Amino acid sequence: MVEYLQSLTPDLNTWLMFTSALFALGIYGMLSRRNAVGVLLSLELCLNAGAVNFALFNRFWSPVQVDGAVMSLFVIAIAAAEVVVAMAIFVALFGYRRTVDVTQLNLVRE
Amino acid sequence: MGLASWLILIPFLTALAVLAVPTRRSDLIRWVALVGTAAHLALTSYTTWAFWQEASPDLVAVRTETVSRVYLVERVPWFESLGIDYLVGVDGVSMSMVILTSIIIFTGVLASWNVVHRTKEFFTLLLVLVTGVFGVFLSFDLFLFFMFYEVAVLPMYLLIGVWGTGRKEYSAMKLTLMLMVGSALILVGFLAMYHANGSTTFDLTKLAQAHFETGLQRWVFPLIFIGFGILGAMYPFHTWSPDGHASAPTAVSMLHAGVLMKLGGYGALRIGVYLLPEGAQYWGLFFMAVTTINIVYGSLGAITQKDLKYFTAYSSVSHCGFVLFGVATLNLMGLKGAVLQMFSHGVMTGLFFALIGMVYGRTHTRIIPEMGGLGKVMPWLAACFYIGGMASLGLPGLAGFIAESHIFLGGFFGNSWTNPILSRTLTVLATLSIVVTAVYVLRGLATVFQGPVRDPHHAELTDATLTERLSTGILVATLVVTGMVPGLLIDLIEGTLFPIVNRLQATGMAIPGHS
Amino acid sequence: MPDLSFILSHAWLIPALPLASFLLVGLVLRPLHKPLAGAVATAAVFAAAGLSWWLAFDYLHLPKTAGGALPVLVPTSVEWLRFQEGLSVHLGTLLDPISVMLLVVVTTVSALVHLYSTGYLHGEDGYGRYFTFLNLFTFSMLGLVLAPNLVQMYVCWELVGASSFFLIGYYYDRPSAVSASKKAFIVTRFADLGFLLGILVLGYYAFTIHAGMGAAAAGQQALDFAFLTRPDVLSQLQALQGQFLGIGTLTLAAVLIYTGGAGKSAMFPLHIWLPDAMEGPTPVSALIHAATMVVAGVYLVARSFPIFAASAEALQVVMVVGAFTSLFAATIGCTQDDIKRVLAFSTLSQLGYMMFALGVASYEHPLGYTASMFHLFTHAFFKALLFLGAGSVIHAVHTNNIWQMGGLRKYMPITHGLFLLATLAIAGIPPLAGFFSKDEILAAALHSGHTVVFGVGLLVAGMTAFYMFRIYFVTFWGERRLSHLHHQDDHSHDDHSHADPHESPAVMWIPMAVLGLLTIGAGFVPIPEWVRLVPLDGKLPEAHHGVDLAVAIPGTLAGVIGIALAWFFYAGDPQRANSAVLKLGRFYAVIKAKFYFDEIYLFVTKSIIFRLIAGPIAWFDRMVVDGLVNATGWVTRLGGTAVNASQTGQVQTYGSWLMSGVVLAVVVLWATTRQ
Repeated sequence: MVEYLQSLTPDLNTWLMFTSALFALGIYGMLSRRNAVGVLLSLELCLNAGAVNFALFNRFWSPVQVDGAVMSLFVIAIAAAEVVVAMAIFVALFGYRRTVDVTQLNLVRE
Repeated sequence: MGLASWLILIPFLTALAVLAVPTRRSDLIRWVALVGTAAHLALTSYTTWAFWQEASPDLVAVRTETVSRVYLVERVPWFESLGIDYLVGVDGVSMSMVILTSIIIFTGVLASWNVVHRTKEFFTLLLVLVTGVFGVFLSFDLFLFFMFYEVAVLPMYLLIGVWGTGRKEYSAMKLTLMLMVGSALILVGFLAMYHANGSTTFDLTKLAQAHFETGLQRWVFPLIFIGFGILGAMYPFHTWSPDGHASAPTAVSMLHAGVLMKLGGYGALRIGVYLLPEGAQYWGLFFMAVTTINIVYGSLGAITQKDLKYFTAYSSVSHCGFVLFGVATLNLMGLKGAVLQMFSHGVMTGLFFALIGMVYGRTHTRIIPEMGGLGKVMPWLAACFYIGGMASLGLPGLAGFIAESHIFLGGFFGNSWTNPILSRTLTVLATLSIVVTAVYVLRGLATVFQGPVRDPHHAELTDATLTERLSTGILVATLVVTGMVPGLLIDLIEGTLFPIVNRLQATGMAIPGHS
Repeated sequence: MPDLSFILSHAWLIPALPLASFLLVGLVLRPLHKPLAGAVATAAVFAAAGLSWWLAFDYLHLPKTAGGALPVLVPTSVEWLRFQEGLSVHLGTLLDPISVMLLVVVTTVSALVHLYSTGYLHGEDGYGRYFTFLNLFTFSMLGLVLAPNLVQMYVCWELVGASSFFLIGYYYDRPSAVSASKKAFIVTRFADLGFLLGILVLGYYAFTIHAGMGAAAAGQQALDFAFLTRPDVLSQLQALQGQFLGIGTLTLAAVLIYTGGAGKSAMFPLHIWLPDAMEGPTPVSALIHAATMVVAGVYLVARSFPIFAASAEALQVVMVVGAFTSLFAATIGCTQDDIKRVLAFSTLSQLGYMMFALGVASYEHPLGYTASMFHLFTHAFFKALLFLGAGSVIHAVHTNNIWQMGGLRKYMPITHGLFLLATLAIAGIPPLAGFFSKDEILAAALHSGHTVVFGVGLLVAGMTAFYMFRIYFVTFWGERRLSHLHHQDDHSHDDHSHADPHESPAVMWIPMAVLGLLTIGAGFVPIPEWVRLVPLDGKLPEAHHGVDLAVAIPGTLAGVIGIALAWFFYAGDPQRANSAVLKLGRFYAVIKAKFYFDEIYLFVTKSIIFRLIAGPIAWFDRMVVDGLVNATGWVTRLGGTAVNASQTGQVQTYGSWLMSGVVLAVVVLWATTRQ
């Protein structure tokens, strides 16, 4: 049973298809969500796709080293920091504009 | 840390010191800036002495060499993988330029004693700008050179845009954009040379030993020459200069016309002619022709100007034309004349802008026909103006003559590879400017300082204050000493120019009379 | 070289004294103490004059060369400006007969003028400034006289020009003085351009020859007179084929250098600055615009005479221009009303005399060279005396216009006597100085076969006597006319303008008296024996002695006729002159307007150069060159506006663009890297 399950373990390509889908989903969300928080959530998806990729390449290409795993940790840490900053900005923005709808935020145009 | 690094660092440290002074204490800010620049002047004198100690024994040997020697070198690897070093040092040409800059910034600080608007920011930016200028003159690594070059150009925008007069934003923008175009061309040229040499080093002394193929030299040289030429107000890229100078505050005009425009001639000589001798030979006559236009056109343009600053700016266009003309002659006398002209024009034009600032501070007008008879009211300023004017029209005994005579001889002697008829015709055309210069200088000065006092309010004005006398006195003394004892400067720079000429000679045919 | 006495080996002291005094007076004394400034300046020049006389004495007692000529020495030579090996400029002193002669003339006249000026400008505001520049001038002129090479000559040449500029513009609040000073500087500057080009041409070829000679030229620089006038160098220069419009190189160089000389010596058509230069204080006119600076052009040609002698065409130019100028200026001189302008035109005329004397000289007929230098020597004294006399008159009556003077011999006996003496000298009446030198020049012209030039010279001699006596009679004879309408005068103190004119103070008439003595004695100085054109082989032929009666009698006769005519028209009934002027009509008016040369020049500079060249250039620069720059900026901005529409400011639009770019890049990569 365990052997069977082990034999079912997907290969790299399958996993990459999964992360690509995840990434695409993230991109879609980023481009389509109107709420800034939603955009941020989608962005997290993209980042996670990248983090998973790091782990994958580590697992399949150089299993003895942990470079990729470390990188994933990095990505997670940076993502966390980014969320903090972004949320702070959104809160401030909301206080100022009473909205976090990104389609309303086109100040660079003017 | 060596002398060369200190020469770059002192203005920067002074800028930091100025930042540390509370904004309200504008008197203290001035004094800090003055002490810093005075210390720099002292260090420059010492460095000159140290340089001379090292360089003078080599003066005989360099006459036959083809790679110019650099003294007081400091090298610290910076980006080793790209071949970029922090490489600074001194040679004769850079030494003379450092002396010039040090004098101009010291007198410039004195001349801007009564800047009241945002004094702290003003002096900080001024000192940062000067840091860049010293960096350019002292660095022997192209990357470092370019970095300092940008440091020198950018503060100009703010200095003109914030403290200027008239259409200052327009002038500042125009100046910055045109100079950026120039630096883009220069960068392309630098990178081309870097790649052609195998992307291993930006070191000028090493690049000098590489032999670039003729084709490359021929297309890179005009990029470098025009790029630096824009900074040196080469026709038809000179139009930033009248507007820029007219709008800039006194000390900035002094630094800009006195020193920054010299970076153009310096770069064209140090990088263009030195690294690309074959390209220089190919294009020499062409650039001689272009700069002849500069010389004659600038002086004719000055005749009809009504604003003292425009007047001086057009005369600068003419005189900087002499610098580039000298560089384009490609022989010993021409190159020497170019360096001498950089020095003398720097001092002269610094003096002019300082004086214009002082006159403007009193009369509140720069329009020439609105003034008259000021010689009686402000004799000191008038005397300095006349000495500067006489230097600018090439009166022997003052610095201008020394430079111009070298350049005329250089242009007339030409080179074995140039058509003598053409180079001589161009030289004769260029000499016409000495008459035109006499016309506009005397007309302008006579209107402002002679005749009856035109505006009754002007009769009550005062002559120069002590700081103003000190500032203009130093510049006048420099003009006189250089003109009376030209050997001082010639000895300093000649040793560096021999190798440059020898390289040209090695690639071209024999240079007449050079042994 | 024999052991030189102290002063011969230290000849540099002579220019150094005025230089030191220039610095001392200009920087220290001028603002502090005016009378002291004047005294120091004067004392320095007197000391220099003393040294010059001492030097001349020692020099004349030097042993002669094998050929019988006085030696040529360069006791001092210090490198000053190194253009290139073999082309450095050495500052030094060159002692030969003409430089020693001119040294004595310059220091003597300058010392006397300094002394005179202490009285003339007494109590004026610009007193210190005046003496500063007068010292500077004296220094530069001495440097010019002693120059051992062309570049030192040029350097001092420009410096005398500048000091002349400042002295002409001494009354700088007077617009006429300002424009006169500008005019003088710019016109001579234009001529100096020729000098400079001559130096370039000569420098290039001489340098090439110098480089080719190797050790034979050791110790000499290419632009040294000693090198340029070497027979072997001259023959090489002569051998150069014409490279410019078929004119020989040597001729071209000589004519260009002559242009410089012609500007300084105010030869036609560059003469226009000299009459206007009379706006300066009268002692300045005496020193600079009569006795010394204006003869620099003549001196330059004499100094480089071997170069001119090697080119017949160049000498031809010198002669024709000189002769024409002397006649032209004499014609105008007969019509002017301003006493100083008449003297200025007479200076022009006499300079033309000196020039054509050089022009008729050659190695076969060297007399012209001697004569020219002799005339330079004598002319300096009597012309300076005339100017100082005129200054004394102007000082007394406060006007320059001769028609407002009259009858002054009663009031100013000393001035009158000395003025008469100088007028007789310039008219060529024996035994005064002018007679001898004029006689030499006419003899030189006649004996070298230039009969037409001789005729012109004779005519000019007569005209000179006529116009000089015209001003003499009008000024000193007859009745005193009104003089309180003083404009145009040098002085602003009105204290005695309504009183009768009176004699000038001793400090003014003593220098005049000394010049008077020199005017009597100068003709007897054996200049013709000392100043000789040394042939290329160095052997002087037998000297020409005594007065040539075939020339002296017609020369003197011309002078006497001139005086008689002047007496007829101006000493007696004034109606005679008026009716003659009326008869001449328009012709007289044209001459009086100086043939409208000033107007022509004004038209050329104002209308053509300023309006048609400089103005359009400034416009072109603003509109076209700068316009192109602005157009570039405008096009960039237009491009910006065009793509502006795509900038929605929506972060998601940008994101979409970004993604499309990435997808496109992936597709392209995939398509191109597919095996």
